[in-house]
Amino acid sequence: MPVAETDAQLVARCRSGDDDAWRELVDRFSRYVYAISVQAFRLPEADAEDVFQEVFARAYENLPKLRNDAAIRPWLAQLTRRLCLDTIRAGAREQPGEIPEPSGVDDTIATLDEALFIHDALATLSSNCREILDRFFAQDESYRLIGDALDLPAGTIASRISRCLVKLRTELEGRNPVPAESGG
Amino acid sequence: MRNYDEETLALLLRTLSAAPEAWVKAAQEIPLARRGLDDIVERARADQAFREALIADTENTLEGAGYDHDPTLLDAVRERFSS
Repeated sequence: MPVAETDAQLVARCRSGDDDAWRELVDRFSRYVYAISVQAFRLPEADAEDVFQEVFARAYENLPKLRNDAAIRPWLAQLTRRLCLDTIRAGAREQPGEIPEPSGVDDTIATLDEALFIHDALATLSSNCREILDRFFAQDESYRLIGDALDLPAGTIASRISRCLVKLRTELEGRNPVPAESGG
Repeated sequence: MRNYDEETLALLLRTLSAAPEAWVKAAQEIPLARRGLDDIVERARADQAFREALIADTENTLEGAGYDHDPTLLDAVRERFSS
């Protein structure tokens, strides 16, 4: 069973100039950053793309200044949140007064934190389980499509999903959710 | 420790859908961009001779243009001009 590298280890590798580590870091947090902008702040795709690129550009520049490598996730969340707000405010410049955050941002980010925790646990399962669960749940693919892609009989996909979910639950039993500490 | 039943797991797995591939790739290329990839692409767009030389012999063309030998940058440039 693969053992996932911790956030702190990954950040340390990035800081040493390892391009592969940077690609991995983007891969690890891309869904999270994307989800904050489109789910919590409901930004249109074009704005979400600008925020997404700006978040990672600033993360790359400021990674050496991060005081706690393990706090990369809340740090990215805070950065994304700030840039989303800037985008909303810039789009509403002509309107007087303070632009508030959309309602429910804290709750949505808390759910996304938990989803990322589950996603991290998913990374420790076999590649087959990872693929099946990600394709079915996150990419909304049909049994048939998954079967074709993974060269498996479509009729076995449902039972495989069920078995992989059991494995995921077992993996989660030994873990504690990461608290939403502050980064920087 | 929260008890994750199948329904909760399914819901949370659905929550994190993949970001568009092109966005992820662009973000992954930030270190390369900082090392000159953007400049090289821009110059190749503006200078047909440079572009042709780059396609014919990426390594020597980059070296001739003053770029330090960088295998990752080299691969990225080759990939960018391969189609």
